[in-house]
Amino acid sequence: MDTKHWLLLPLLLALGVALGYAVVSMPEPGQELPTMLANNMEVSGVSNPVTAVLLNFRGYDTLLEMGVLLGALLGVWSLGGIVENRESSPGQVLDIMSRQLVPVLILVAGYLLWAGADAPGGAFQAGSLLAAAGVLLLLCGWRLDNRYSGLPLRVLLVLGLGMFVIAGIGLLLLQGGFLLYPPAAAGGLILIIEAAATLSIGTTLAAMFLGGRPMGAEL
Amino acid sequence: MSYIYLYALLGVGLFVLGLNALIIHANLLRKILAVNVMCTGAFLVLVALASRNLAAQPDPVPHAMVITGIVVAVSATALALILMVKVNLATGKNELPD
Repeated sequence: MDTKHWLLLPLLLALGVALGYAVVSMPEPGQELPTMLANNMEVSGVSNPVTAVLLNFRGYDTLLEMGVLLGALLGVWSLGGIVENRESSPGQVLDIMSRQLVPVLILVAGYLLWAGADAPGGAFQAGSLLAAAGVLLLLCGWRLDNRYSGLPLRVLLVLGLGMFVIAGIGLLLLQGGFLLYPPAAAGGLILIIEAAATLSIGTTLAAMFLGGRPMGAEL
Repeated sequence: MSYIYLYALLGVGLFVLGLNALIIHANLLRKILAVNVMCTGAFLVLVALASRNLAAQPDPVPHAMVITGIVVAVSATALALILMVKVNLATGKNELPD
């Protein structure tokens, strides 16, 4: 192993220098894209440019990303059931702290979702917070009741992608373009899609953390 | 040349460090961590280059791409970790057999 290192280090250094040179010597951006964005902000339905790009101007990206999340979860689930690990009961601190933190996390997730329209925030940030709340609960030994781990869980998982596709196809029929929002209704549509995406992202990430298909979830 | 390039070069450095760890370590957990460090480096480059023009607002398009990238990186990491656990269960080691 050590005999290879004398070759690896110069190669990596050369790569680092080449990449660094490429980054430093990159020409100043032609200001077309930011200017185009700034000129079209009023038709996007939201006033936060990042949300406008994510949900409106580059909606395809986000749509396919929801598909990637779902695909990764299907990959995790297809590898079998939950890996059994030694359960230890949570300590008192973790137990009490999770009871205090989970409602706060859910509240902040709702705020971030709402604030995403005109301030930093949005579906992904809110979804990650929901997932954090879910992971905290799972670490404390909480498990989803078997009644809900069948169809209700799956509906929640596909809600984000489903709402996106339904909105896209509906707008294709009504407006003649996939995900072509009418400017008057864009804000409301984006909020609905973001809310569904938040729930799906949170559930998907927490379900991935569980590392397998929940027991008693056969359909 | 502004201080923004310092962050971009730091991102390049993280990328190269991660690549180094990815190559020299055989343990799969270390490899997964190394790929995550590489991802972070790439995100840092994108976010830094988005605000190169200090006079104007930061370009929101790279920011949106980074948000997308973070979520994809997290889900890919989850899938990789499960595969690692399965390899561990099958072979008893955290390494791929030669």
